Amino acid sequence: MTIHRWTWQSKLTFALAAVVLLLLALVPGFASGGVIERLTVLFIYVILAAMWNALAGYGGLVSIGNQLFFGLGAYMTIRLADAGINPFAAMALGAGIVAGLSWLLSLFMLHLRAGEFAIGMWVLASIAHLCVNLDPLIQGETGTSLISLNAYAIDARRVLIFWAALIGMVGLLALLFAVLRTPSGLAMQAIRDNEEAADSVGVNPMRTKRLFFVLAGFGTAVAGALWLAQVSAFQPKTYFSVQWTAYMIFMVLVGGLGRFEGAILGALIFFAAETWFADTGVWYLVGLGAVAMLFSLFLPKGLWGWVETRTHISLMPLGYRVQFDTQSEQGR
Amino acid sequence: MIGGAVMAEQTQLHATGIHKSFGSLAVLNGIDFSVHSNEAVGIVGPNGAGKSTLLGVLSGATLPTRGSVQLNGAEVGALPARERAKQGLVRTHQIPKPFSGITVFENVLVAATHAGASRQSEAYDLALDALQICGMMAVANRPAESVGLLDRKRLELARALATRPRLLLLDEIGGGLTDAEASELVETIRKLRERGIGIVWIEHIVHILVQIAERLVCMDAGRIIAEGTPDAVMRHPEVVKAYLGGAPA
Repeated sequence: MTIHRWTWQSKLTFALAAVVLLLLALVPGFASGGVIERLTVLFIYVILAAMWNALAGYGGLVSIGNQLFFGLGAYMTIRLADAGINPFAAMALGAGIVAGLSWLLSLFMLHLRAGEFAIGMWVLASIAHLCVNLDPLIQGETGTSLISLNAYAIDARRVLIFWAALIGMVGLLALLFAVLRTPSGLAMQAIRDNEEAADSVGVNPMRTKRLFFVLAGFGTAVAGALWLAQVSAFQPKTYFSVQWTAYMIFMVLVGGLGRFEGAILGALIFFAAETWFADTGVWYLVGLGAVAMLFSLFLPKGLWGWVETRTHISLMPLGYRVQFDTQSEQGR
Repeated sequence: MIGGAVMAEQTQLHATGIHKSFGSLAVLNGIDFSVHSNEAVGIVGPNGAGKSTLLGVLSGATLPTRGSVQLNGAEVGALPARERAKQGLVRTHQIPKPFSGITVFENVLVAATHAGASRQSEAYDLALDALQICGMMAVANRPAESVGLLDRKRLELARALATRPRLLLLDEIGGGLTDAEASELVETIRKLRERGIGIVWIEHIVHILVQIAERLVCMDAGRIIAEGTPDAVMRHPEVVKAYLGGAPA
């Protein structure tokens, strides 16, 4: 009997992913500015979906306040850049500070259960929004800009932000994948399914949930900082809007809650929907809501969950599979 | 390996003066209870007697209002269940609580990794050993949500075994099973006894309990009303009264 964690499909997927990432890294060499900017947006969406999925999909920590991390990531970048730090360094450092804040918040937020946690996160995001408004640098809802980026020529800046987003996405996905494959990843899923039972067999629920909470805080803050770099303007109500979390929920619900591939697939679908239908105005939002509702009613495991159930294929496997060498080993 | 050499070391659990109240409702009223890893103790009593609450207090899932729980002479009354599991004291749940989103093997591996083993390869062996003992190899790769009641009960047991217990607290593990299924489970528990694992077993189905228990404890209204050999306890006047509300025939 042996324990397997990889399949030939997963090895092939990673090889193909490496090729695709290499090609993506070369995109600025031949693509137009518009394409580069749209791909940057896609990378940010993938980060947002993966981080929300890390909390809700693997830990059962459904949050409707992840805009807290998104807004704080952008705000910290503005603050640090204003203090004279290089804007790209400020983005990384700002996300690091948000990770520290997430750790502090986890000390009390993770004691909240289910709906309390979801609403509590939204309340925190609203409080953070109001506090940021009080900062004279931000000038209330008027907002400010990441003006230090102007030191870079517009084309060079676009490419640098693209690469930063690509590195951020790949780095965060790799980190999340690695963490989910550790015993803590399995423990997090056990906590999601039954916290009391997990505790009874040696799992420390608070420590495990904290790891994922801080990781999601950091990753979402990276996304916020990247968005700021992309659009330059910082208006608190835009960044601390619940719309961001609504997008995250849509992407994960449609792609597949609790499935690594699902968050990526959901981000691609959302990106495509936005690209093709955003011009339809309010009907675009009505459509997003209707699709999310239909998925939660009829395909609760999302598209990837549906594929996985039928094909038993896992392209990015997190689990463990017992392989029996002989038939007798499998007998009861 | 589960049990075996590890069991050479005797484990003792002592609970003294245990009180537990939920608001104004007193569920446990000064319970004194001891067990060691060479023993198999059954706990019986009518519904509401406080049996599951006692098991919760012993395992660490429930903190007592008052009283002391000692494991091998050290006070563990304030330790959470996870720490007691690492010291060899673990429970199963009356209503199975599988980690439904992961496979049967992964369910057991969670316990092996976090309480039973220090290395990953050791955790694999421990988890496979636990599945083997409980006859669950055939469903190892199935999602836990897809298995039936008997396998869920077995999974509770396998998961507890993967923590490498010295004392196993079983909460009505035979409940809801047919006689044949319950007998299968008894055989598994007998194997654990052979490996030197101590058992504290709450069960309503007395005829399967007495196949394992060397000592029986009967509780009623949060107190122990009788204790001794299964025969003596089942004939004890207070036990008969608690169950039947009348005098023994």
